[in-house]
Amino acid sequence: MISTVPPAVIFIVGGLLVPFFKGKWKSAFLLLIPVVGFLNLIHIPEGTHWAVDFMGYNLVFGEVDRLSLVFGYIFHLITFIALLYALHVTDDLQHVGGLIYAGSSLGVVFSGDLFSFFVFWETLTFSSVLLIWTRRTKASTAAGYRYALVHVVGGLFLLAGIVFYVIEKGTIEFGYIGLDGLASYLIFIGFGINCAWPILHPWLTDAYPEATITGAIFLSAFTTKTAVYALARAFPGTEALIWIGALMTGFPIFYAVIENDLRRVLAYSLINQVGFMVCGIGIGTALAINGAVAHAFNDILFKALLFMSMGAVMYRTGKINGTALGGLYRTMPLTCIFCMVGAASISAFPLFSGFVSKSMVMDAAGKGHMPIIWFVLLFASAGVFHHAGIKIPFFAFFGHDSGMRPKEAPLHMLLAMGITAFLCIFIGSFPGPLYSLLPYPVDYEPYTMAHVVGQTQILFFSALAFTLLLLSGIYPAEMRCVNLDADWFYRKGGRLLYGLLDNVFNGINKAGEVFARGVAGALGRLSRNVPEIIVLIVMVPLWTAGGAKGEKLQGKIVRARAALETGTAPVGISAAVATIFLVFLFVLI
Amino acid sequence: MKEEKQEGKRYLFDDPKNVNRLLGTFYASLMVLLLVEFVVHKHPHFPWEKWPEFYCVYGFVACVVLVIVAKYILRPLVMRREDYYD
Repeated sequence: MISTVPPAVIFIVGGLLVPFFKGKWKSAFLLLIPVVGFLNLIHIPEGTHWAVDFMGYNLVFGEVDRLSLVFGYIFHLITFIALLYALHVTDDLQHVGGLIYAGSSLGVVFSGDLFSFFVFWETLTFSSVLLIWTRRTKASTAAGYRYALVHVVGGLFLLAGIVFYVIEKGTIEFGYIGLDGLASYLIFIGFGINCAWPILHPWLTDAYPEATITGAIFLSAFTTKTAVYALARAFPGTEALIWIGALMTGFPIFYAVIENDLRRVLAYSLINQVGFMVCGIGIGTALAINGAVAHAFNDILFKALLFMSMGAVMYRTGKINGTALGGLYRTMPLTCIFCMVGAASISAFPLFSGFVSKSMVMDAAGKGHMPIIWFVLLFASAGVFHHAGIKIPFFAFFGHDSGMRPKEAPLHMLLAMGITAFLCIFIGSFPGPLYSLLPYPVDYEPYTMAHVVGQTQILFFSALAFTLLLLSGIYPAEMRCVNLDADWFYRKGGRLLYGLLDNVFNGINKAGEVFARGVAGALGRLSRNVPEIIVLIVMVPLWTAGGAKGEKLQGKIVRARAALETGTAPVGISAAVATIFLVFLFVLI
Repeated sequence: MKEEKQEGKRYLFDDPKNVNRLLGTFYASLMVLLLVEFVVHKHPHFPWEKWPEFYCVYGFVACVVLVIVAKYILRPLVMRREDYYD
């Protein structure tokens, strides 16, 4: 206890120290951080640690139980893998961003109070946006801003919810919240934005494919999974989550089928997989929660593996669109094999990791007698195989020959992918160790004959559908295009709003200008001319009667005008004009 | 350049025979999966899981529906030129 520190500290401090190391020392230091972090973590006993009194509230930086621990383990593991994969990166900002991002995820997972939870939650956003901006393209800068803005809105929902919650309950302890009143709904939506719920999701599919090659590995692991953790902690058994989760598994696969950017296909399948977790949390039984957590653990690995293989392709070819790739198995065979292991895992082939966790959620839906949910999840299982399982490897490594013969991925990338691929197969073949880490005791056997046969049937016949559709030419050809999604509302809609506001407010400005120049000017001229007109109306007949004619009269008029303009009219005339003006006003009123 | 040297090399699936072998194995395993159904003891949650070849039919139909809907309904609705947002 004395020798340990909050897990987040090692990553954040370590991250800030990265720029002080050079060359090989930097690589060693980077890899050392998650290792030291892991040694620290396994020495922290379960219980509540590092409680600090802060303005009368109790901040807790170490709420360690089985739920937070399993997320803690996988976050350490994936940080190690992602850093190994990123060893070639010389841009320190990416390493710093990645480590602070991982550290704040650990901070979220181990915080026992809502205040520190919120602070880490926000650090998560601001450190992760670095991983998008450091790609340093116009598209990534714009996507990063949109990403940050959406998360700021999410953060505000969460903050408002927390403030109301603390006022209502009088405690800042972070535990079960449940949907009950305004505060809980605000927190719920705050979590939902990070969890990429339908309609709230497009920040993910917009920004992740614009991130750096190595940043995408970090991104795919942390933001959505910390949100899954938060939901599992605060809203288990909330019925709305069942439907939200089912929707999440369903709709992205349609987009994934027609998407050209292969990392965006993975982003859609990420939402699809998180859907299984959200659904499990909503069902809320011990089996379902175990399934959700186990699936989060596995998804972090196989999704990272898929992103790494696509990243390796991008690193070597500079391309990521399905239209530009194809036939790369020839010269990148290892990357191709690792990609197929990831594909088999996400598709839940028997002996691969997805099989032993996704089926727990499916089984929980079946045991809970939820036929519609079960059908949707089954549809999504077939669909994910279709787009992530077949489409990704097929369009990148097989399909038409792009003619490119790039070199195999560098050694450190192959090592990172190899370790992850090994874990995917190991967990799939021997689920025992993973099951022993789950929050509840596991009484589940994935490898029954019926389950293995049923799952293999569904996958093979999905593959048959793909083969026949492809051979018959019905399968939609990859096209260079963008597909509209809910982000249209703030990308185009934002522009429409901008246009609307531009027209309205600049219109008002213009009207103001017209008024100021026109009406006010006219009034000014009028007020200057009125005395003159009146004077002339009165005086001209008088002068004429007095015998003034022709040039003499004109001279008098010019002098009177000059006198009025300079305010030097003889007293008599001034008094007369003033009197006439007053009478005129009096008559008008 | 190393890449140029590899131009003339024939790779695994450059030979149509290998593609056909793969497809043949695939179709054969489909047949096995259709037949193995009848020797497996099922313990379903729902009655339709007992229907013969339920998973085969569902997997196939689900994917065909997925592709048809994505291609003929979703794509016309959402597809725009690549520079749409620029």
